[in-house]
Amino acid sequence: MKNPPSRPKFGGAGLSGGFSLMRGDRAAQLVPQARLAGPMPWVIAIMVALTVIAAAGGLALNNLAQNARSELSGGATVQIVEALPQERDRQARAALALLAEHPAVASVRRVPDAELERLLEPWLGVGADKEAVPIPALIDLQMRTEATEAQLDSMRRLLADQAPAARIDAQSAWLGPVFSAISSLQWLALALVILLGLTSAAAVWLAARSALGTNRNTIEVVHLLGGTDSQIAQIFQRSVGFDATLGGTVGLALGLVAVLVLGQQFVGLDSGMVAGGGLTWINWLMLAVIPIAGVIIAMLTARLTVTGALRRML
Amino acid sequence: MSKRVGETITFDNVGLRYGTDREVLSDVSFTLYPGSFYFLTGASGAGKTSLLKLLYLAQRPSRGVISMFGTDVITLPRSRLPAFRRRLGVVFQDFRLIPHLSAFDNVALPLRVSGVREADLRKHVTDMLEWVGLAHRTDARPATLSGGEQQRVAIARAVIGRPDMLVADEPTGNVDPEMALKLLRLFEALNRLGTTVVVATHDVHLLKKVPDSLIMRLDKGRLSDPTGALRYPPQRQVTDRDDNAQLGQDGGEF
Repeated sequence: MKNPPSRPKFGGAGLSGGFSLMRGDRAAQLVPQARLAGPMPWVIAIMVALTVIAAAGGLALNNLAQNARSELSGGATVQIVEALPQERDRQARAALALLAEHPAVASVRRVPDAELERLLEPWLGVGADKEAVPIPALIDLQMRTEATEAQLDSMRRLLADQAPAARIDAQSAWLGPVFSAISSLQWLALALVILLGLTSAAAVWLAARSALGTNRNTIEVVHLLGGTDSQIAQIFQRSVGFDATLGGTVGLALGLVAVLVLGQQFVGLDSGMVAGGGLTWINWLMLAVIPIAGVIIAMLTARLTVTGALRRML
Repeated sequence: MSKRVGETITFDNVGLRYGTDREVLSDVSFTLYPGSFYFLTGASGAGKTSLLKLLYLAQRPSRGVISMFGTDVITLPRSRLPAFRRRLGVVFQDFRLIPHLSAFDNVALPLRVSGVREADLRKHVTDMLEWVGLAHRTDARPATLSGGEQQRVAIARAVIGRPDMLVADEPTGNVDPEMALKLLRLFEALNRLGTTVVVATHDVHLLKKVPDSLIMRLDKGRLSDPTGALRYPPQRQVTDRDDNAQLGQDGGEF
């Protein structure tokens, strides 16, 4: 019998080297790649698509609330609730003159009758009888700073003599319940994003455990040949990373299409408040980061699952 | 010139039990010296496979001390064990080849795990497959190989990194007597280069084929060592030999 071939020269990579020297290409061959045949990429695609939609909804609501708040925070409305048209007109002019002099007021504007009629048209119909349904005169105020209750009280006292029918309200107060609802929806969107992230991690955990079971012989052999936990985890990380990248890309595309279609439909509503819910370029970038975060979560989950299972071996 | 007179492995009062069952190995004590050839024998259920698992670091004992290459591996952290496993070669009873890899890739696996560059390992793997007579089956998957061929791939994988100790569990169990003798010659060739070889076998005829071998006999989990030769073997020196020297052609070719 001839001697066995001479001892190969080891790369001196030590325990930290090994598969990493091959940039994972050879290591990846150790686990048969099911690629699109397995459920993993599709589960991740669905999760990423839902996360993109939920996150886009949350960001749109945030933009909408911020725009509405900045528009309304310094605004107040004065209503002259007087049934007699001449008296209503007199009080409106008096209030306009007094408020223009108030130090907290930046600008004051009487809402023209034509604009009022247009605003009320959906409820009163075209050519409503003004005598039968008296419409208050409206004065739109823009304050120098956010409207406070103290400022509003000061204005009420100012108008008490000359315009006793005047009622002053901060515009933000009207929309308080709306902001509260928007805030709840934002929290809901955030909770959905977190839940979907956790669900994705759980799906990867299950898939990694299943892959561990399927490839148990390979893992044990590599382990007994001196493979480190890190090397073995790398094999699965790479496989899961590929699936997650594929699924994340498909999911992002699906999610963005859904967001664009929904956006177009909301634009069609032609509502001033909804128009403030458009996404900025930073928001789009944040959405694009979701699949990257998905890939990182998936690879981290796979690594933790595999190293956890390996720790049960000697 | 003499070299490697220190011990390779020492077991001191080692016991092993699975769960709460009775011990499958009890008070096992022995020392394996570099360059020695050991046969591990015993009836089925005597604890041969359990002892081999302790030898190739797949299992921790329930008690006792195991020293490997001068280091107590029982108290060693898990993270340091791979370095010791890379100094061992293991031939499993059921081969444990990776089914979706070719013969070449199966044999190359230990080198890849150890970080040998692709350019460096190709010739070594090809030479090793040639040494075991499978140069023409490098691309074959295990499922397409015969039992004897699979066994030889498993042996090539175990010895490709030129381990300090080779452990083989019933390596001749699935092959005919002629093939069994040829496999034994492969182990002998490796042993001549200084590798300690431990072969577990039922085949008593094999024991006579290696003249200088020592017998480790397990009986119901206890190692019989009536002369004390396993625990306190005579000091033995291994001749330093050039890897490329011709050491005889007595085994024939596959």
